[in-house]
Amino acid sequence: MTPAPPGAWSRLRKSPVALVTMALLALVFAFAIFGPLLYPAETDPATRAAIPPWKKIVASNYAQVTSSEQFVPPCREHLFGTDVNGRDAFARTIQGARISLVVGLAGALISLVIGTSYGLVSGYVGGRTDGVMMRFVEILYSIPRLIIIILATTAFDHSFKEWLNDHGHSVLVGYSKIIILILALGCIEWLTMARIVRGQVLGLKNLQFVAAARALGQSHVRIILRHLLPNIIGIVIIYLTLTIPTVILVESFLSFLGLGVQPPQASWGSLLADGAQAINPIKSFWWLPLFPAFVMSLTLLALNFLGDALRDALDPRARR
Amino acid sequence: MLPFILRRFVGMIFVLLFVVTITFGLTLMMPSPLTREKAMTPETRKRMEAKYNLDGTVWEQFTRYIGVRRMSSGEYTGLLQGNFQPSTKYADRSVNELLGNTLPISAIVGFAAFLIATAGGIWLGSLAAVRHHTPVDTGAMLAALFLISIPTFVVGPVLVLIFAIRLGWLPVGGWTSWASLILPAITLAGPYVAYIARLIRTSMLEVLGQDFIRTARAKGMTDTRVIYKHALKVAILPVVSYLGPLAANLLTGSLVVETIFNLPGAGPFFINSVLNSDRSLLLGVVIVYCTVLVVLNLAVDIAYTFLDRRIALSS
Repeated sequence: MTPAPPGAWSRLRKSPVALVTMALLALVFAFAIFGPLLYPAETDPATRAAIPPWKKIVASNYAQVTSSEQFVPPCREHLFGTDVNGRDAFARTIQGARISLVVGLAGALISLVIGTSYGLVSGYVGGRTDGVMMRFVEILYSIPRLIIIILATTAFDHSFKEWLNDHGHSVLVGYSKIIILILALGCIEWLTMARIVRGQVLGLKNLQFVAAARALGQSHVRIILRHLLPNIIGIVIIYLTLTIPTVILVESFLSFLGLGVQPPQASWGSLLADGAQAINPIKSFWWLPLFPAFVMSLTLLALNFLGDALRDALDPRARR
Repeated sequence: MLPFILRRFVGMIFVLLFVVTITFGLTLMMPSPLTREKAMTPETRKRMEAKYNLDGTVWEQFTRYIGVRRMSSGEYTGLLQGNFQPSTKYADRSVNELLGNTLPISAIVGFAAFLIATAGGIWLGSLAAVRHHTPVDTGAMLAALFLISIPTFVVGPVLVLIFAIRLGWLPVGGWTSWASLILPAITLAGPYVAYIARLIRTSMLEVLGQDFIRTARAKGMTDTRVIYKHALKVAILPVVSYLGPLAANLLTGSLVVETIFNLPGAGPFFINSVLNSDRSLLLGVVIVYCTVLVVLNLAVDIAYTFLDRRIALSS
């Protein structure tokens, strides 16, 4: 099964932009995943040694105060300085990266599953069903999505917290808004994916290999899963790469407004919001917004670059 | 043409009704705005519930909101009568009044951003297409990617820091003069300049390879004339179909810049209405924004068929 057109990987490898962005992304992910190992949240060496490495990676608590002084400029002890509560900004940026990246990946994956299945069914069934399904997508396009997300996060937050408590997941209560946010974003950002997949399927389903599979007596489900899906995987991956930055952006924007991640947890958006408040004409604590903004912009830039490079490499029509 | 518009118009009404129903359904999940008022005699509560259309079954509330059932005051004062109900949070002010005061500001910022986005995008995109395979092209597309990737709430404060605080040319925020419009509009337009530039570049590259462009060039026309008069007329079509989503994004995007620049627009109502469980305000905001969107989409579709026809006739 070769989903991508032959030679896609070698074309991708020849593109220096793609290689650099992939390296950058690997760096950011390593920073987010393994950051807690190099930069422990526990300042006390004894307790630090007692925590096994996997636990540091899975559940590192970066919300705690590490310095008695607030607003320390970047120095050797605090690479990115400290914030209003004396928390280390480097540690906070790592935590922000962890949450923002998880939201981006999870949200994009949910949207991928919904969008791809919707598009596959709509395109494959065709006819009136297709018309109705695409009309529905158009209607959803015209709803202000941000409002729906804000509404969902506030409306479901309370009952979801209770549900988490009742079912023994009280560890997750602090993350309830983020979890709802991921689900809401996933349920809303799939529209473009559905349209693109449907367009591809419409072109593919009249080709001879589908007719041949049909003549051999294969079921519709099997044709969709074994014959059509592999053929659209390339384009799906491209749009997955382009959906991740969109989701990260929306999440950080909501957190920036105070509607996403709840303190003391942090995402890039909430860090930027804190940082923006620390900028004023009299005395600006420039290091607070600078580093999260830099890491975040770098990540989004790399993802967008990679998406474009993938599109050039995988999309036969865009090939020149 | 007329049946097409009529059909789309009916479709529009259905879309709006659908949106109102969904949003109304979602607002039921919000806690009642009256629970915040602690001391309240049963009579007061009853009167408040009647005033804010919170009494009776959900179906009754919904139909009263739409305007097909009498309010407890005995009159029809719903959407069909052009009434958005009083706001539960801002005492004694109707949603009509609140939106009437703030929407014009959002609209002005959005429109200014729209102009910047289309003009800037068309210029940047054509530039890149004409200088295809040169550093100018690469530079323009790099700039576009940067504009897409760097969030507006990073760009906004940076612009403020440079042009308002350091240089002192423009106001930091607020709504005092026309100068207050510049930074918000630029911030808001940024990513969309990039989207349009990318669209224009792709379609322009396709158009520039066609015969009629070679003919125009062969006639001795200047490059500027060929590009902006002949090629752009065709290359702009993908942009026209993007105008609907663009308007939608500018409308919701205004929420960000209004927060950053502290503008008295309608954007903050998006959030406040939800946080204050202000159902009528929330519904009002959603309905107004949706209507604008749907009408714009229809206008774009109509414009598109006209543009398309003219091209079909002329080529």
